[in-house]
Amino acid sequence: MNNKSQSDRRKFILRMARGAGIAALGGFIWSAYVDEVTASQLMLRPPGAIKEEDFLKTCIKCGLCVEACPYDTLLLAKPGDHKPLGTPYFIPRDVPCYMCPDIPCVPVCPTGALDEASVTTNGKLDITIAEMGLAVIDRETCIAFWGIQCDACYRACPILGQAISVEYNKNERTGKHAYLTPVVHADACTGCGLCEKACVTEKASIFVLPKEVAMGKAGNYYIKGWDKNDEKRLEDATEIKTKTEISKDKAIDSLNDAGDLY
Amino acid sequence: MSLSRREFLKSSAAASAAAAIGMSVPAELEAAAATAEGDWRWDKAACRFCGTGCGIMMATKNGKIVAVKGDPAAPVNRGLNCIKGYFNAKIMYGADRLTQPLLRVDANGNFDKQGKFAPVSWSRAFDEMELNIKKALKHGGPESVGVFASGQYTIMEGYAAQKMMKGGFRSNAFDPNARHCMASAVVGFYQTFGVDEPSGCYDDIELTDTIVSWGSNMAEMHPILWSRVTDRKLSDPDRVKVVSIQTYTHRTSDIADIEIIFSPNTDLALWNYIAREIVYRDAAEGIIDWDFIKKHTIFAAGPVNIGYGMRRSDEKSIKEGKYTALEMETISKEMKTTVSNKEGPSLEPYGYKAGDTMEHTKGTLGHWEISFEDYKKSLEPYTLEYTAAIVKGDPDENMELFQNKLQALANLYIEKNRKVVSFWTMGMNQHTRGTWVNTLSYNVHFMLNKQAVPGSGAFSLTGQPSACGTAREVGTFTHRLPADMMVAVPAHRKITENKWMVPEGTINPVGTQDIMRIHRDIEDGLIKFAWVNVCNPYQDTASASHWIKAAREMDNFIVTSDGYPGISAKVSDLILPSAMIYEKWGAYGNAERRTQHWRQQVLPVGDAMSDTWQWIELSKRFTVKDVWGEWAPSGSRKDALPSVIEKAKAMGYNENTTMFEILFANDIAKSYKLDQNDPIQKGYDNTEGYGDSRKVVGSDGKVFEGYGFFVQKYLFEEYAAFTRGHGHDLAPFDMYHKVRGLKWPVVDGKETQWRFNAKYDPYAAKATKESGNSHAFYGTIAKALKHGDLKGMDKNTEAKSLANKAKIFARPYMDPPEMPDTNYDTWLCTGRVLEHWHSGTMTMRVPELYRAVPEALCYMHPKDAEAKELKQGGLCWVESRRGKVKARVETRGRNRPPRGLVFVPWFDEKVFINKVCLDATCPMSGQTDFKKCAVKIYKA
Repeated sequence: MNNKSQSDRRKFILRMARGAGIAALGGFIWSAYVDEVTASQLMLRPPGAIKEEDFLKTCIKCGLCVEACPYDTLLLAKPGDHKPLGTPYFIPRDVPCYMCPDIPCVPVCPTGALDEASVTTNGKLDITIAEMGLAVIDRETCIAFWGIQCDACYRACPILGQAISVEYNKNERTGKHAYLTPVVHADACTGCGLCEKACVTEKASIFVLPKEVAMGKAGNYYIKGWDKNDEKRLEDATEIKTKTEISKDKAIDSLNDAGDLY
Repeated sequence: MSLSRREFLKSSAAASAAAAIGMSVPAELEAAAATAEGDWRWDKAACRFCGTGCGIMMATKNGKIVAVKGDPAAPVNRGLNCIKGYFNAKIMYGADRLTQPLLRVDANGNFDKQGKFAPVSWSRAFDEMELNIKKALKHGGPESVGVFASGQYTIMEGYAAQKMMKGGFRSNAFDPNARHCMASAVVGFYQTFGVDEPSGCYDDIELTDTIVSWGSNMAEMHPILWSRVTDRKLSDPDRVKVVSIQTYTHRTSDIADIEIIFSPNTDLALWNYIAREIVYRDAAEGIIDWDFIKKHTIFAAGPVNIGYGMRRSDEKSIKEGKYTALEMETISKEMKTTVSNKEGPSLEPYGYKAGDTMEHTKGTLGHWEISFEDYKKSLEPYTLEYTAAIVKGDPDENMELFQNKLQALANLYIEKNRKVVSFWTMGMNQHTRGTWVNTLSYNVHFMLNKQAVPGSGAFSLTGQPSACGTAREVGTFTHRLPADMMVAVPAHRKITENKWMVPEGTINPVGTQDIMRIHRDIEDGLIKFAWVNVCNPYQDTASASHWIKAAREMDNFIVTSDGYPGISAKVSDLILPSAMIYEKWGAYGNAERRTQHWRQQVLPVGDAMSDTWQWIELSKRFTVKDVWGEWAPSGSRKDALPSVIEKAKAMGYNENTTMFEILFANDIAKSYKLDQNDPIQKGYDNTEGYGDSRKVVGSDGKVFEGYGFFVQKYLFEEYAAFTRGHGHDLAPFDMYHKVRGLKWPVVDGKETQWRFNAKYDPYAAKATKESGNSHAFYGTIAKALKHGDLKGMDKNTEAKSLANKAKIFARPYMDPPEMPDTNYDTWLCTGRVLEHWHSGTMTMRVPELYRAVPEALCYMHPKDAEAKELKQGGLCWVESRRGKVKARVETRGRNRPPRGLVFVPWFDEKVFINKVCLDATCPMSGQTDFKKCAVKIYKA
């Protein structure tokens, strides 16, 4: 009974969200939700979602991905959610992505907003290369950093050891215990959010953000001398041009402008 | 609540504990202790959960516990906790807490086994219990009154229950859930040392160079100890080695230098392989410490054809056909097996070869002395080739590399000057040869003189918080009395009867109704009344469907005392709401012999009352003439239990004296005064002593106003008196309220770290005063043996005294009774996860823990899933000859079984895996093997 009522509720939400989506396509409501487009920066999309800007243009809000999800992870944004209407997203603290190996939500996408190629390795679907987001840890509230033996996030991680590993440090206060603290590895983390779901603090101390929001970016004009792999970043290296406040004028102009120098 | 009391508590308790362990408490904590903190009160307690025994502090505000902190002064955990301990403050306040007695009734309010539960008064509840106990006694005497006891009883509860059962009802149908978790360790201790409980302590972790975990996921099940192991590894990563020996990869392998995945049950072969390396390389390399061996040990053997602790063919329910043909495929092996090709070599020294029929007799503890040459002969088969061939548990692992690992393991043990600790928990205990494999561990440590010395020793980690402190030390087992005494020993019964002030001959000398026997006796119709205390036997017992059916469909009366409505409550006829841990005065004893006390922090919820109170109230309903008359033979007791009524009269009792007056409210009990000037009691509730502001209407229909004396202190001190003077010594009640626990034996106020070692254990020092020996294994059980060889005992030899000696046992590899075959092609292993405690009645009600792990998963190898066309995250059936459950397939994450094995934890009542498990036990210890049975897995 419980299952049935849940699925009814789900259909209702789907219908409503699709309705809104269609209206949006008609150019009727869209402009009223501009703020929601900016809000989308913080939304977690299904696996294989293309860049957010393109995703919003490509997704036709059909809800097929949402229907295909066996865990009811995916939601369609409905009016009042303050999110781009009709687009799919998920809230990992409620229902994370369970990383189905057959990724049922992606192949059903009719427009390529969810890009199968981006979650395919050697011709086979591969959920472990999905980039839905990145888990970040608040080390102030994460109780493992207090010395509590938790690592619930580590144990919940479907690619444990790769996406989240445990770092071991001596607890000098007690003199005989070790800290076992979680470390997220951005290259392996898919942003599924199982860690966020499992986190035992009142508000999750490990949580998933879209990768662009969660990560910084080091320029490719400095390569780690101790890491051969890092040279790959040179592939994107381009001509370097710099300009600062002090260098914005031509040399001859600044030379000729003595100002209050003397 | 007074400031001075708090000051006293803080300064005296913390300071004395700190002094005891030579550690200073940070100044700011000391300062905080002396100043008023607000409207909350901190007081020390022990964690509710595992056998590690972490110290905690509880914050109470307006009569409710609001927070918890790790106790910085507690030597075990020094202020830390795992995530179960982190949620101690939340476990008592679940929305569906039981708050009043509930009875199955019909429309007229009469008891009806088919009726729905309805609230009743405490007095009605006791009326029904009294009526049904009297009916049961009439039916089959004391053997018909059973109690499912617990390793989670407080010491006082366990002692009160034991007194009423054994001293009052004269029933030994009294056995704890600890039977399921520790019994093989206990029998291993008895057989090897002649006395229960480990020789070492947790300090070994900081002192050792090598930690070997045998069938124990310490990382999840003993997280605080694991963090100590991890710290030790970090301290000297090159020197310190960690070895993880398991049937599947789990978190304990994370920091392992060597991981050995073995095929279920072959740990027997692996220990024997190490022993063989020691013995057979000794001549060339001088490995064995012969001086130690000659002074302190002898060699021994026992029969091997002892069955698997399943039902035998002459048992009533078997004869009545209550077991299906499929079930009988396995159960028939209790009587007869064919020696397998795997067993052939290992059993050869015992006179069997592959293909032979082995007729099994009922399990026995009997054993005899053998020569070293015979022991050596028993090890002969365990060559590296044979051992590796049967032990290798991962079919995808390279054989040569696997052999190298076994060799490396043996070398770590053997290496001179390398200290080694072997830890184990359920893997070696839940085992149809659990007693054997426990004794095999000591063999290796003894021969190397690496037992009962700082930094070295085989150490059994306990599962439950007071499996040691209550179940084992108080003796809430069918066969036991306090402090390692036995109901079967006349002198022990006499000591106990004197202490209890009951007539000589009161205690029933036959104690064979262990926890599986209690279930089976209910199914056989012998037990008509059973009471569940602080455990969940209808969820935690294998072959569960049988016991549930017997409880619900047969003519009997089942009572469950609990805080929450678990499966046991659901199958009961009467449910009693119990006070939970911090709602009563209590004490627990952890795995390293550390006894820890706490005060009642808050009043119980609703009308809940402590189990101690429930037992004492029940005792008011039974008089001398009700229970102390003659009882005809019953069950396995072949002689009548004589009437002791005349002796009782000679002691000044009369036929109508109640058990309450004799066992609980006697003059000695009343001498323990309630006193608000006593610094231990001042400002604290004592519901049993005074009653409390809830004005609970008690068992006589009147408001319960308290017993008027300090009953918990009385129970503890009376029990503790049993322990003093022979190596079990507990400290006085008051002292435990000033320190953070003490490891017994506590002699002259000093605790003992290493038992049997003359440098550390005053009892060993005394025993070696003349000989000057380094050790004395002074246990007294089975310390006179006849002689024999591997094939049997020579009855004509004289029993020789083995005072102060330990035993090294010859024990072979044997198959478990049920192994994968073509129909049931997969091993099933069960166990726990860090987030949940046992059957989940508490932790599944903590929202954070529930959210972290809401359901039990079926962990399996991805290739197995693929071969069986199962999807990651999809549902599968796990089906054995006994039943099936549906679970979600998990091929990733924390537990990684090899092909051919699945792991399903048992905390989740919706994935009721014990319907699938087999109730085979170690025939010597009676402990169920929850780690091995054969299943098939298919899509649901």
